[in-house]
Amino acid sequence: MTKTTAPDEATDQDLGTAGSQLSTAPVDASPNLPVLGVIGWARWFWRQLTSMRVALLLLLLLALGAIPGSLIPQTGQDETKVADFQKAHPTLAPIYEKLGLFHVYGSVWFSAIYILLFVSLIGCIVPRTWQFVGQLRSRPPRAPKRLTRLPAYTTWRTESEPEQVREAALALLKKRRFRALPHSLEDVGGAPIAGDAVAAEKGYLREVGNLVFHIALIVMLIAFAWGQLFKSEGNKLIVEGNGFSNTLIGYDDFKSGNLFSTDDLTPFSFTLNDFAGTYEVSGPNKGTPRTYQASLTYAEGAYGKDKKTVVKVNHPLEIGDSKVYLTAHGYAPVITVRDGKGDVVFRDAVPLLPLDSNVTSSGVVKVLDGYKNAKGETEQLGFQAFLLPTYTVGNEVSSTFPALLNPVLNLEPYHGDLGVNSGIPQSVYQLDKSHMKEFKDSKGEQMRENLRPGETMTLPNGAGSVTYEGTKEWANFQVTEQPGSGWALAGAIAAIFGLASSLFIQRRRVWVRATAGPDGVTVVEMAGLGRSESAKVPEELGDLAGILYEQAPGVPDPAPDPDDVPDPTHPAVPAEGSEK
Amino acid sequence: MTLAAATDLAAATNENLASLSNTLIYSAMAVYTLAFFAYIAEWLLGSRSKVGRTAAALTATKARTQKAGAPAVTVKEGGSTAVLERPKVVVRAAAGSRDVPDGPGAHGGDEQGDLYGRIAISLTVLAFLVEFGGVLARALSVQRAPWGNMYEFNITFSTVAVGVYLTLLALKKNVRWLGLFLITTVLLDLGLAVTVLYTASDQLVPALHSYWLYIHVSTAILCGAVFYVGAVTTLLYLFKDSYENKLASGGTPGRFANSVLDRLPASASLDKFAYRVNAAVFPLWTFTIIAGAIWAGDAWGRYWGWDPKETWSFITWVAFACYLHARATAGWKGRKAAYLGLIGFGCWLFNYYGVNIFVSGKHSYADVGLGALQSVGF
Ligand code: HEM
Repeated sequence: MTKTTAPDEATDQDLGTAGSQLSTAPVDASPNLPVLGVIGWARWFWRQLTSMRVALLLLLLLALGAIPGSLIPQTGQDETKVADFQKAHPTLAPIYEKLGLFHVYGSVWFSAIYILLFVSLIGCIVPRTWQFVGQLRSRPPRAPKRLTRLPAYTTWRTESEPEQVREAALALLKKRRFRALPHSLEDVGGAPIAGDAVAAEKGYLREVGNLVFHIALIVMLIAFAWGQLFKSEGNKLIVEGNGFSNTLIGYDDFKSGNLFSTDDLTPFSFTLNDFAGTYEVSGPNKGTPRTYQASLTYAEGAYGKDKKTVVKVNHPLEIGDSKVYLTAHGYAPVITVRDGKGDVVFRDAVPLLPLDSNVTSSGVVKVLDGYKNAKGETEQLGFQAFLLPTYTVGNEVSSTFPALLNPVLNLEPYHGDLGVNSGIPQSVYQLDKSHMKEFKDSKGEQMRENLRPGETMTLPNGAGSVTYEGTKEWANFQVTEQPGSGWALAGAIAAIFGLASSLFIQRRRVWVRATAGPDGVTVVEMAGLGRSESAKVPEELGDLAGILYEQAPGVPDPAPDPDDVPDPTHPAVPAEGSEK
Repeated sequence: MTLAAATDLAAATNENLASLSNTLIYSAMAVYTLAFFAYIAEWLLGSRSKVGRTAAALTATKARTQKAGAPAVTVKEGGSTAVLERPKVVVRAAAGSRDVPDGPGAHGGDEQGDLYGRIAISLTVLAFLVEFGGVLARALSVQRAPWGNMYEFNITFSTVAVGVYLTLLALKKNVRWLGLFLITTVLLDLGLAVTVLYTASDQLVPALHSYWLYIHVSTAILCGAVFYVGAVTTLLYLFKDSYENKLASGGTPGRFANSVLDRLPASASLDKFAYRVNAAVFPLWTFTIIAGAIWAGDAWGRYWGWDPKETWSFITWVAFACYLHARATAGWKGRKAAYLGLIGFGCWLFNYYGVNIFVSGKHSYADVGLGALQSVGF
């Protein structure tokens, strides 16, 4: 019994060695539960965490965990939608809140998944890297005894000396950029069967690519996290002719990451010289914007030289780590307010907010100080303003085109106390009418007038006048700083190249054995083994054999020797890890 | 005056091109329909052959005892002297895989079936050219890449999918059997495009003026087309695999399964092909996401913001990473990995239809200011 099975077992072991270490994938952790106390448990846990199976499960969890954030409104994207959702689902919302479903990507459980995944990844990369370095320093495994059982095999008989054939094979494989070594007798403990073959391996770049890819993932994660912690994002609305300098107080609103400090703001300043928008003038998409561009004069640093540039949608201005984006635009009518004596008490361009895609706009003009009414008392003035950039007769409530084709400004004047001194922050776009009185016209109704550029509205009873001088445009700029994006990009590029070489390069081994046959004629045997089954391995082996065959031409076969023939009842040896 | 006239002329040209495009798309649909019938004929005629190769092979493996011959040396006859060229390589399947030959394809070896199959492919080539013309005319009429809305995305997508199929055929890959499945979905895709999704031709809004858009969306479409080919193959792999399992365990599959599945390539070949296809586009999909992030960085000031579209691209990416991992993990190979591959394609599909229709995000945004103008097919 033992006598008949032993050689087979030996062969199988032999073949297993031939296919071993074709990759550095971790061997599956044994499911045995540890009995060694804390350290044993820790080691067991670590081995589980860094196994392929757990990595796979964590990846699956990551995909699953990302789903709810795409279906439930997220605070990071749209606070108002979250508020609407909370109003609409009073029972569900608190549960969602508890589960962190309104900020999935920052939630504890989502972070736990990806942190575990990356710990697993590091725990996987480090040993794999060492193992790979080890593989690079050792030699390809020696030829298995029975090359016939490998996935690709060929043989012929030749008159050339075995030594010559092996040398030719070695030269050929080296020329083909294989790492090739002849195995001398001493190498394998004097076993004569192994000393007669050349062993070669190629495609190490596959492993390099794979490691680069996984390391690049870590680089990207760190860069992204870094960016989140140190990022800043501010908005500033600027009317044509006005400027901005990059300081915290310069912004209308400002958000930043946890570790951001105001010293991190890149010093620069700019002035908006001109904003221009063009729109489709006809057809079904009349009014659809075609281009938006803002011409700026900017200076880097505190005392930089003035430079000119144009910022468009998709084309931010980049200064150091900061990027200046054009994010919105609108109109700012220039308003002059005079008191009863005709003295100018207010002259400014007042930005109005767009309400629809034809830039029907509304806002408020506030005259805070310097105004005295007809009785000489100090008062404040407020005007509810409503602008139609293109007024068409018959459509009093909305603009019919986004450009300034026929602008009409509707003003509703009020006087009294604007309430801005009460200490409560007030929107510049809203009028608190609680302490304001309407101006009445001669019929006793609320005064309201449509003005065209250049026209003036006279307030009743010598209260003064308002003139609509003309219209400027405003643009909103978002200034963002996200350090680490260069690293993220570098990581991304490395990931793609690593991935491509990991997926497209095949790691494979070739053995060439040449032995003197019983009749004195040399028998050449060649076999190939790839990491995975691939048509390329036999193809390449055929090419190599063809070349070698020219150098060691064949002689006719004798009667087939049953021992040297591939045996179909024994399937070929599998590559490591490819068995089902 | 002259300027206005020129604008009118240009507008008229564009309208003409747009209607030409519509005509071509409808013509392509007609030709695809003919091709569809020819494929059906191929399958029907092919069912006349009742060889049962898979069953034969599976029983033969068990019974086979004689040994294969030694690798022969190919001999090229050169005049009077025989020139020995190169030794022949013997290839053997890895352990654990069944030694099942690939089926002959839809025609099942039937000559008439084969003829219809060839007719079907010729018609597919014709329809592809017509559809390509339609997409081109559409692009010229709007003077930009033809993927600014879902209608355009659909017509471009099906053109690319058929293009991928024809390219694989031209490269002499064994994919002819895919024809019927592909053309059926192409017809569905186009039907949806011309009925539900039709959008009159229009130019792009400023937010979409970026060359990253061209790169990002064109690779997204190509990836989708290739993922689709991978998904169909994976699905057929699952059927064929159960069929072979049933035969190997001595069961008798139904007549329909016998007739259809027997003509497909062996499950191992299907599996390998699906893997190749998915693995080949995975780096491109990675690139697509990165290109999208760069575009988002330029357009919105952040390269990643977990917008639904971004999120689903990411989910799709992770799903395919799972698939690739599963194939290298013991206990997950084969059918389990195949399910992951199908899930990956499902994610891609949802990212296109589901997110565009059910979920609103920045990619189909309605907001004041410039935001109002960012609506995009992908
Ligand atoms: C961030 C999550 C990860 C992603 C996106 C990812 C992605 C990938 C991809 C796409 C491949 C395919 C390359 C191929 O098929 O050869 C791959 C291979 C591989 N990954 Fe990961 N991986 C991740 C985490 C991990 C972790 C945690 C481990 C450690 C257990 C790991 C170990 C491996 C190994 C060993 C291979 C090579 C398998 C082979 O030789 O075929 N990966 N990974």
